[in-house]
Amino acid sequence: MAGPTAPGASGAPGAPGIERPADRTALRPAVAAAVSTRRGVELALLAFAAVITTGALALVEANQEQELSWALLYLGAAYLGLLAAAHLAVRKFAPYADPLVLPVAALLNGLGLVMIHRVDLARIARAASLGNEEPTQEALRQVGWTAIGLVFFVGVLALVPDHRTISRYGYTAGFVGLVLLALPAVLPASLSEVNGARIWIRIGPASIQPGEFAKILFVVFFASFLVVKRDLFTTAGKRFLGMTFPRPRDLGPLLVAWGVAMAVLVFESDLGTSLMFFGIVLVMLYIATERISWVIIGLTIFGAGAFAAWTFVSRVQVRVSVWLDPFADYNGRGYQVSQGLFGLATGGMGGTGLGAGRPELVPFASTDFIFTSLGEELGLVGIAALLMLYCVLATRAMRSALAVRDTFGKLLAAGLGFAIAWQVFVVVGGVINLIPNTGITAPFVSYGGSSLVANYALVALVLRVSNAARQPAVEKRPGAVSGPQQAPLAPLAEASTEMVSRDQVRTPPQGERQTAAGPADRAPRGRTRGE
Amino acid sequence: MNTPLRRVSLAVMVLVLLLLGQATWIQVVKADEYRADPRNARVLLDEYSRQRGQISAGGEVLAQSVESPDPGDRLRYQRQYTDGPLYAPVTGYYSQIYGAGGMERAMDPVLNGTDDRLFVRRISDAITGRDPAGGNVVLSIDPAIQRAAYEAMTRRGYQGSVVAIRPQTGEILAMVSTPSYDPNPLASHSGTTQQEAWNALTEDDPPTLTNRATSETYPPGSTFKIVTTATALEAGAISPQSPVTAAPRITLPDSTTQLENYDGKPCGPGATVPFATAFAKSCNGPFAQLAVQVGPDRLRAMATSLGFNNPALTVPMPVTPSVVGDLDDGASLAQSGIGQRDVRLTPLQNAQIAATVANGGVPLTPNTVAEIQGQDLSSVDTTEPDRLARAFSQSTADTLTQLMIGSENNGSGEGKIPGVQIASKTGTAEWGASPKTNPPHTWYDAFGPVPDPQIAVSVIVERGGNRGEEATGGSVAAPIGRAVIAAALGGNS
Repeated sequence: MAGPTAPGASGAPGAPGIERPADRTALRPAVAAAVSTRRGVELALLAFAAVITTGALALVEANQEQELSWALLYLGAAYLGLLAAAHLAVRKFAPYADPLVLPVAALLNGLGLVMIHRVDLARIARAASLGNEEPTQEALRQVGWTAIGLVFFVGVLALVPDHRTISRYGYTAGFVGLVLLALPAVLPASLSEVNGARIWIRIGPASIQPGEFAKILFVVFFASFLVVKRDLFTTAGKRFLGMTFPRPRDLGPLLVAWGVAMAVLVFESDLGTSLMFFGIVLVMLYIATERISWVIIGLTIFGAGAFAAWTFVSRVQVRVSVWLDPFADYNGRGYQVSQGLFGLATGGMGGTGLGAGRPELVPFASTDFIFTSLGEELGLVGIAALLMLYCVLATRAMRSALAVRDTFGKLLAAGLGFAIAWQVFVVVGGVINLIPNTGITAPFVSYGGSSLVANYALVALVLRVSNAARQPAVEKRPGAVSGPQQAPLAPLAEASTEMVSRDQVRTPPQGERQTAAGPADRAPRGRTRGE
Repeated sequence: MNTPLRRVSLAVMVLVLLLLGQATWIQVVKADEYRADPRNARVLLDEYSRQRGQISAGGEVLAQSVESPDPGDRLRYQRQYTDGPLYAPVTGYYSQIYGAGGMERAMDPVLNGTDDRLFVRRISDAITGRDPAGGNVVLSIDPAIQRAAYEAMTRRGYQGSVVAIRPQTGEILAMVSTPSYDPNPLASHSGTTQQEAWNALTEDDPPTLTNRATSETYPPGSTFKIVTTATALEAGAISPQSPVTAAPRITLPDSTTQLENYDGKPCGPGATVPFATAFAKSCNGPFAQLAVQVGPDRLRAMATSLGFNNPALTVPMPVTPSVVGDLDDGASLAQSGIGQRDVRLTPLQNAQIAATVANGGVPLTPNTVAEIQGQDLSSVDTTEPDRLARAFSQSTADTLTQLMIGSENNGSGEGKIPGVQIASKTGTAEWGASPKTNPPHTWYDAFGPVPDPQIAVSVIVERGGNRGEEATGGSVAAPIGRAVIAAALGGNS
C-alpha cells in the first residue's frame, strides 16, 4: 500500500527495476520535458485573488463613504507586490509546486485584510465620536505581518530545498515546539496572559502566540517520529470489535501527547490549542498506522481528560455553559458569542454587504471572531465560500501527500493540511457555537502576526512537498540525464492513484511511452487530474 | 498509507460540512429570531441610521428626524417634535426603550420605509445610491383648528378632548386631548432621560399619555339624544311638532326609579310641549319614552350604522369601540335613550354622529392620514373619502339639523359667531359611583355653518371643567366648540 518508503526511492528514468507494481504512480508514461510547471495558472489565480480583494476593499470604502486615499493605494500596491514576490520565489525555488495553494492563501489573507480594515474604520469612527485618540490601524500592521510572513515563506522555500532534509531535525522540532508550548505557562502571567488565556509571549510591544509555531514544529516532529517508529504503533495487539488494538505497553507515546494536551488545557486554560494539538497527533497517528483503533483510544482518553477538565477548571466550565446556552448569561460570559450569533443572523443568507454591517459590536471582531464579521457582511454565501477556500487548501495538501512518494513527505503534507482544516473547524465552530468557543485565530484571515507568519511558513512546506510530488525525476538528478531524447519521468502529481485501475496501468507500448507527450497522452486520464 | 489519507480528506470535508450546517442553522433557520431579538442592537441602530420620515400637517412639520447633534451618539438620527404637547395625541411618541405610540406606531412601516407602497422608491434609492430613508405622512389635521381647540382647552385648564371632522370627507381636522405631554424626552437617545420621562408620564394624574379622543369612552349624556331622535324619526314615531310630555320627572318602566330633568323643572307650562321644544331644552322624559317606543333593536341598529361596536376602526391609530350597552329591560332602555346607563362612546364617535347629520345621513370613515409621500415629498398614495352605508335619510338629517339649530339658539350663547348658524346639541353626563355629586362630564356636539357645514365637532370637558357641579354642556363645552368652528371658518377664537 505505502510503496517504497525510503526517501529517494524513485529510480532513474528508463531503469526497468524501479517500476515495481507497488509503486503505481511510477507507472505513468514518461512525459517529455514539456511537463507544465503550471506557474502560469498560479499567476492568473493570484491576479484573480487580487481582483477579488481589491473589489472587496472598494465595496468597504463605498459603503463606509470613505474617500479613496493614497494610503489605501499603497496598501493595495504593497499587497500586490508581496504576492508577486511570493510568486517569483515559487517560480525559482519550487517550480512544480501546486498552483492552487498560494492563491488560496493569498485570497484568504486579502479578504482578512479587507475585514480588518473594515473593523478599523468602525473603531476609528467610534474613537472619533468619543473624542478619543485614533486607534492603531490593525490593517497596516497586518500588511507588515504579511510581509514578514512572506519572508518566512520565501525563506522556507529557499532554505529547505528538499522536505526530506527536515526530517533530520524531527526531535529538535519536537523539543522546540514543546518549549514554545510550555513557555507561556512558565512565564509570569504579566508576560503571557491575554484575556484569561496564557498562550502569549509578550516582549515589549510585540506579542507572539508560540502555539502557532509549535503547531508546525509538532507536525514535523510527528512525521519524522512516525516514519522511524511506525513499527511501534503497528505491533499487533488484541482484536476487538473488528479492530486491532495496540498492546497497553505501546500506548506510551500517545499518553505523552495526551499529557501535553491536558497540561496545556489546565495550565494555560487554552482549550483551542489543546484540541488542535491532540487532534493533529491522532490524525497523523492514524495515517501512519492505518489503524482506527488509535483514534478511538485517543478520543476516549481525550474525552475523559476533557471531562475532568470540565469538572475542575472553571474556565472550561464557563466555555461549555456558554456553548450550551449563549444567551443564559447574555450580559456576562455569553455576551461575545451572543453578539456573534446576532451578527451572523443579521447577515443572514446574503449578508449586509461589505462595510454595511456592524461587526464591531462583537468583541474581538478582527481576531478570534473575524468569522462573525465576515458572516454578517458576506452572509452564509460568504462563509461558505471562505470555508471552501480552506477546504481547497487542506485537500490540496492532502493531494500532495497522496502523490509524494516518501512517507515523511506524506505525513508532513497530510499533517499540515489537516492542521489547517482542524484549526478552521475549532475556531469557526467556536464562533458559530457548534463547539465550545476557544481562543484561537482563523488561519490567514484573523488579525495576528504569529498566526499569519506561521501559516505562511506552513504553506511553504506544503508547496515544498507538492513540488517534490510533481517534479519530474530528471530534475532531481540532473547528472543522470545524458541527452534530450531521454524523457524525464512523469510528474507524480499528474497521476491519481485512486483513479487508476489495473487495466489503465497496463504498460503501454514502449514507443508510445517515449514519444507521446503533453495533453494528448493525458487526455484519457484527464479526469483524474484535478488541477 | 493512501487509504487513511483519503479518509482523512473525507473527514476534512465532513468537518467543513458540519460548519456549513451550523452556519445555515444560525443564518437561515434561526436568523429571524436572532435578528428580532431585542438585545440585538443592530436592528435598532439600523432604524436610527436611516432618516425616518416626517409627519406634517398643513405645511407644518410636526415630527422629523434630524442628524443627532451629539457626534458621540451611536444613533445617527434624533427624532424631534415641534409643538409636542399640541400634536402628541396624533403624532404619538417614538422611543428606543418604550416603543412607539400614535401615528409613529400606526404608520411605522411608511415612516421607516418598509411599506410596500414605497417599494419602487427603495429600489431607485438603491440604484441611485441615495441614502435610504422613510416615507412621509401628511395629516388631514388643520393646524389652525388644532391650535384653537388645544388653546381653548388649556387656557381654561380643562381636561378632556376635542375632535373635529370634515363631514363630507371624514378627514379629521383636529384631535386634541388635554392635559397632553411632550414626546421629545421619550425620543431622547439617553436612556435615563427616556426612563425618567416615561415614569413621570405614566404616573400623571390626570393621565397624559392616553389619547382621550380615540382611547377613552364616556357616557354621552344628552348628546346621545341625537341618536335616539334619529331612530325615532326614521321609525316615523315622532315629528318636531308632536306633543310630548312636559313632566319634570317620569317613572321608568319596569321599575320605581324616577328620571327627572336636568334641573328638576317641567319642560313647559302645560302637560305637553312640542318635541322641538323638548329637544331644544333637552328634557329627559320624552327621550326616555321614545327609546322605549322604538325599542332596543332599532336603537342599537342606528348606533351601529353610525359607527358603534366597530373594533376594527383605525384612524389609523386603533379606536376603542363605542357601545350602547345593555338594553334588556325598559328601565335601562329608557336611561340609555338619554345617553346614560351603559352607553359609552369616544369623543371621535360623538364627532362622527354630528358629522353624519351634517352630511345628510351618510357617515364617512374617519381618517387622519391625508397623503403618503416618498422621501422626496412626491405623492405616493392619498386617502380617498370612504362613504359608508347611509345611516338615516336626508329628511331625517334635515329635521335633526333644524332641531339642533333650535338647541343651539336656546343656549346661553357664549362665543357665538355673528352671522354663522351652528346646529348643536349639548350634553351633561353623570358618571362614576356617586353621579349626583360628581361634577358631570360636559359635551357639545355641533356642526356649522348651516347650510353647507364645513366642520363637525365634538367637545368633552371632563369633571365639569371649572364649574364644578353646576357645569353643563352649554356653559362649559359649548364655548370651546364654537371657538373651534370659528377657527375653521377663518375667524379667530
